[in-house]
Amino acid sequence: MNPAHQAQLEAALQQVTGFIYPNEAELHWSILVVIYPYITGLVAGAFILASLEKVFKVKDLQPTYRLALLTALAFVFVAPIPLQAHLGHPERAFEIFLTPNPSSAMAMFGFVYAWYLMVVLLLEIWFEFREDMVRWRQQSRGLKKLFYWLISLGSRDVSPGAVAFDHKAVYAITILGIPSAFLLHGYVGFIFGSVKANPFWSSVLMPIVFLFSAIVSGISLVLILYYITTLLRRKTLDQKCLNALAAFLFYALIIDLSLESLDFIHRLYESEESIEILAELIFSKLFISLAIVQILLGTIGPLLLLAFALFTGLPNELKRLAFFIAAIFVQVGIFSTRWNVVIGGQLFSKSFRGLTAYKLELGGQEGLLTALGLLILPFIILYVLLKLFPPWDDARTDTKPTEG
Amino acid sequence: MSKTYERREFLADLVKFPCATLLLGVSGPIKALASAGNEYQASEHNYAMGVQIEKCIGCGKCVEACKIENDVPMEPYYFRTWVERYIIYTDGEVSVDSPNGGINGFPPVESDKDILRTFFVPKLCNHCENPPCVQVCPVGATFKSQDGVVLVDDDYCIGCRYCIQACPYGARFLDPRTHTAGKCTFCYHRITEGLLPACVEICPTQARIFGELDKLSTPLNRMMRQSNIQVLKAHMNTEPKVFYSDLDGEVR
Repeated sequence: MNPAHQAQLEAALQQVTGFIYPNEAELHWSILVVIYPYITGLVAGAFILASLEKVFKVKDLQPTYRLALLTALAFVFVAPIPLQAHLGHPERAFEIFLTPNPSSAMAMFGFVYAWYLMVVLLLEIWFEFREDMVRWRQQSRGLKKLFYWLISLGSRDVSPGAVAFDHKAVYAITILGIPSAFLLHGYVGFIFGSVKANPFWSSVLMPIVFLFSAIVSGISLVLILYYITTLLRRKTLDQKCLNALAAFLFYALIIDLSLESLDFIHRLYESEESIEILAELIFSKLFISLAIVQILLGTIGPLLLLAFALFTGLPNELKRLAFFIAAIFVQVGIFSTRWNVVIGGQLFSKSFRGLTAYKLELGGQEGLLTALGLLILPFIILYVLLKLFPPWDDARTDTKPTEG
Repeated sequence: MSKTYERREFLADLVKFPCATLLLGVSGPIKALASAGNEYQASEHNYAMGVQIEKCIGCGKCVEACKIENDVPMEPYYFRTWVERYIIYTDGEVSVDSPNGGINGFPPVESDKDILRTFFVPKLCNHCENPPCVQVCPVGATFKSQDGVVLVDDDYCIGCRYCIQACPYGARFLDPRTHTAGKCTFCYHRITEGLLPACVEICPTQARIFGELDKLSTPLNRMMRQSNIQVLKAHMNTEPKVFYSDLDGEVR
């Protein structure tokens, strides 16, 4: 037995208020399980943003289309790692694929994930970048040439017909991808929303709330990345694109806030058996992370800031800064949302008679450092992806080949 | 000098050999038949437990017996069974405690307020007919056996803890040594040998009654006929198979 873990449980037991079932001293889903829905939300949100350009023809968003796709890919690679690391027996994880229990919501994870990664993201990115990959191969040497040859699967046809087919394929996959992205993150919401033993989670709205918060988080992340990468590349920001991003972020935030409010009002009005303990939870242990960070700083603040920047005659430079700051606050708010759902949902006893505590460790398999590492990892992957597959329009035009 | 084979001996052997052969030949099937009667047939049983609230004195012996019998970690965060004490004051306030699962009994009540009533509630896995823990297990490591007992396959459990989240009764924990889900098995190793679960065996007041749910002439069924029976969190539709007599409405 791990003595540090036992000491942690003892400390948790000291912080219990009221009565909890004796087995509830241990909080089972840690910060790693907070990161999992946070990351899948970013994946789904970034993809949905990309599809706005492709399927719904929002041409203003064109500069962020490829960036959004690569962002989704970078994050989707990391999505299963926190889950895997959190298992008591990570080496048995493949059993989920081999002998899935059909009645388990969690058992479907592997299939939903594999579908999304293989069929949607990789395929769409491949067709989107195929023409460029062929050109990059032609222009590079040595290992890099071999890499592009391998990754383009030896494809070399860049005739107008072949390129037209690429576009058609991308369009078709995006149409398939929108419901898939909804499935990917709505499904994560279902994992929590279907636990009837937990009144904080159990809600039919959970998948929908997850979905819209995912869209909010994806748009704001791409906005941040577009802002930073453009500045780092010393290029000019496309104001039309930023306006469109900010507008979509604004509307998605309104829907998200409305859904959360509906959920809140519904619970309050129905006032079920659990209402007292949930009220106690929200006003004590979750007050800062829910009322202050998630709602005030993460939702209402950015809404006001975006509204001010979008609908007043603010100079463009200030506008851009306001969008950027709002997007940062949205990210903090969304992370807080995930925290409040996952950790908050485990801070009260199922006897509805007491509250427990969660103490985040610094080190260890489920500690803060692992969590930070997992949050930084997608950005490292994204950096590599951006180097290998530059999504910028100038990268495409600058490298136009001499031969057809 | 060679002895001749007498006719009498020949006739005697003629009787002996076939008899011996017959006996040898039949003994196998006879043994098998005899042991078939004792071999455990899970499908012939449907186990359940009755708990008589009015008989429980909160001594905690069941908690101790369970931990020893099933090698449950002794630390106060892991219990297959535990006892809760309810104190209901005249002003309507309810106080519940279960210090170390009640394994050492309970300290005296310290409040000066007037007490309306107090009672103890032994708790354990309810071995639900409709178990949410089994529903959510992604790999099917937790399952309901043919005799109605919810079990965990330690060699298969991946330690995702979804079952712990799904159990409305707090009856599961993650064993810190095996990193797999732990829970009450009704002492499966004992009941399949015709013995009683350890907690039932040790209870000095016979507050716990273990037995067959589908057989009429059992102590369990007698208790269920003669008492006012409740189950925990009936609204969850888990159909628990731990039946409480005269359970107070305050118990969750």
